[in-house]
Amino acid sequence: MAVQPEIDHATGRTTTGHEWDGIKELNSPLPKWWLYIFYATIVWSVGYWIVYPSWPLVTNYTKGVLGYASRQDVTRELDALKALRAERAGALARTPLEDIAKDPTLLTFALAQGKAAFGDNCAPCHGLSATGSPSFPNLRDDTWLWGGGIADIHQTISFGIRNADDRSRQGQMPALGGPNGALKPDEVITVANFVRALSGQPTRQGYDPAKGKELFASNCAACHGDEGRGNRELGAPNLTSRNFLYGSDEKTIIETINLGRGGVMPGWAGRLDETTVKSLAVYVHALGGGQ
Amino acid sequence: MSDVLASPAAKKGAPPVLPEYDDEPLYEGRREIYQQSVKGRLRTIKWVVLVGCLAVYYFLPFLRWYRGPNQPDQAVLVDLAHNRFYFFFIEIWPQEVYYFTGLLVMAALVLFLMNAVAGRVWCGYLCPQTVWTDLFTTVERWVEGDRRERMLADAQPMTAAKFGRKTLKHVLWLMIAWWTGGAWVLYFADAPTLVKDLATFQAPMVAYVWIGILTFTTYSLAGLMKEQVCLYMCPWPRIQAALTDQYALNVTYRYDRGEPRMSMKAAARAREADQPAGDCIDCRQCVVVCPTGVDIRDGSQMGCIQCGLCIDACNSVMTKVNRPLGLIAYDNDVNIDRRRQGLDEVYPIIRPRTLVYAGLIAAVGLVMLYGLMTRSFTDLSVLHDRNPLYVQLSDGSVRNSYTVRISNKRPVHRIFVLAVDELPLARLTAVGISMTAGDWPVIDVGPDSTREIIVHLTAQKPADLPPSSRVTFRITELGTGEKASMSDHFIVR
Repeated sequence: MAVQPEIDHATGRTTTGHEWDGIKELNSPLPKWWLYIFYATIVWSVGYWIVYPSWPLVTNYTKGVLGYASRQDVTRELDALKALRAERAGALARTPLEDIAKDPTLLTFALAQGKAAFGDNCAPCHGLSATGSPSFPNLRDDTWLWGGGIADIHQTISFGIRNADDRSRQGQMPALGGPNGALKPDEVITVANFVRALSGQPTRQGYDPAKGKELFASNCAACHGDEGRGNRELGAPNLTSRNFLYGSDEKTIIETINLGRGGVMPGWAGRLDETTVKSLAVYVHALGGGQ
Repeated sequence: MSDVLASPAAKKGAPPVLPEYDDEPLYEGRREIYQQSVKGRLRTIKWVVLVGCLAVYYFLPFLRWYRGPNQPDQAVLVDLAHNRFYFFFIEIWPQEVYYFTGLLVMAALVLFLMNAVAGRVWCGYLCPQTVWTDLFTTVERWVEGDRRERMLADAQPMTAAKFGRKTLKHVLWLMIAWWTGGAWVLYFADAPTLVKDLATFQAPMVAYVWIGILTFTTYSLAGLMKEQVCLYMCPWPRIQAALTDQYALNVTYRYDRGEPRMSMKAAARAREADQPAGDCIDCRQCVVVCPTGVDIRDGSQMGCIQCGLCIDACNSVMTKVNRPLGLIAYDNDVNIDRRRQGLDEVYPIIRPRTLVYAGLIAAVGLVMLYGLMTRSFTDLSVLHDRNPLYVQLSDGSVRNSYTVRISNKRPVHRIFVLAVDELPLARLTAVGISMTAGDWPVIDVGPDSTREIIVHLTAQKPADLPPSSRVTFRITELGTGEKASMSDHFIVR
């Protein structure tokens, strides 16, 4: 049996039987054009299923006769982006490193590209904001092992430090402690305190500055210099700086003297294209530490 | 729930059958509304508004407004490529989009005020759908004749002449629609240039696409859908019903005067016999001139757009039958009761509600005007690096980094000196800036553009500073001395 609809007396229309707070819904017919557009959308969707990828299957999906895939769009857009950037990337490749900062447009481009590349490639060690962490240099301060000029930075990024590449930067902090080391344990402590004094930090009770100076001169000054100001040719850190790569507390310095140090950085010249490496150098130089 | 299987015989002797859902029509086709032409005061007002609105819309892009060399000289221009909006003496940058917010607030308040004063006059006179539908209906009337001719022609089979007229109508409609779309795109580029490019097929594809879209919408909405837009698509009728009150002047059939409706002869007889007789002679003129085809005598309803054409129609009829005018008029709900009680009619246009709306409109308008008058031509924004907050250098000094954006809203190249107050012994360096004035970097910013630079601020003796202190960045234009400043923090630990 069909349901007997209720008739609304004001309009003479039937109601749907739905009621909210005494307000009843009329069963007004839809406008014809609306209904036909609705049908058209249904037909359209069927066409869409045929033409485009749409239905998920158990391990796959229907591909559609056009063979469309959004992956192609991504590739095309990336190519378009490369083409769009080609002009400026070319200009970046031609411009000498030192002159990039003089052209505001080029600088903006290099900084943007450098920032993106840094996040992808450098941030895992140096941190997203390039502040580093113990054993990974902070690139924002003015303490540089190998030099903070833009050319030095570019060289370091290109070939890295202490890796298998001959062109990488080479230098070593040898192990001076241990049973066969040049320094006895008490001498290591003395030198460590001398080093702390160099950077203006307090020393332990009973420390003999004269002895420290003598030990430093004979064991350390060859690389770190007579005044402990370091040597960027060798990557020997400036010991008068407040910023120590591995930490400036006595325990850490003793560990450094005993065991030596030799952090490694990969080279990027082969992995990233030349303009990206250049952009990275410009970006790192602009972070504030650049000299 | 189908009843198809029940044979007619089974229903014999059954009580009268009420309609069932199965008998309901699935949809309702559009009844063609053959709107009849009408003459009168309100129709004249509508013509004036129509011509005025369309003239502004079609010709405003060609109006010039000189702003200086190398600047667009179009009075109203939306420059999407450079993110600028030009309106006569106003130029708005994307970050000043709050002016549009102000405009939208104003528009809403004006709509409230309109509804409080005279109901849906927006719908009846100013709405683009109304204006263009009116234009299209006029074209239709001009080609196919008035209501009677059109009804007769549509009732007869197709002839060559009729087909020619219909074709001509649609061609004219499409031409108007195409011109409407064409005018739209002129607001987004230099109009004379774009017209030339469009004509020689040199214009960008996006312009043609938009002209196509707007041609289609204008043609279908104003030509084919007409009143259906108001009845089915538009939210305004529903919203505005909530914005009116008992004092709003809505188009009203004064049924206290019109009922009982009867023919002129019957009314004359009734009056002689001292029987009640209304002024309405049931001539249906108010219905045939209505653009949405409603019967105003059924009272206020969603289909009524308050255009007042029925008022003009009824008044001309009342003149002919020698009865007082205003059987249908802009009137409020209160007066019907008051007339019945023998009281005077009241038209309180100035009442608390309208005063509040008008006051709010004035307030928003003044705030916006003040904002525009005091709009600066130099803008500085400073953003402290979030990470790291500070960097310690090898000699123990502390550096903070900031991103500084300088906006030059004048159409000329300008040079600024960037300086910092409140930090003794601070050193300020800007990346990529080699020129300095004393210790401060000198930055040049191109005409009508923004420049972003990274600056590093170094304090020599951080131990003397609190953990966080205020610094004020200040830019001063060389020559004019125009200034802008912004405060931020300097963090040392």
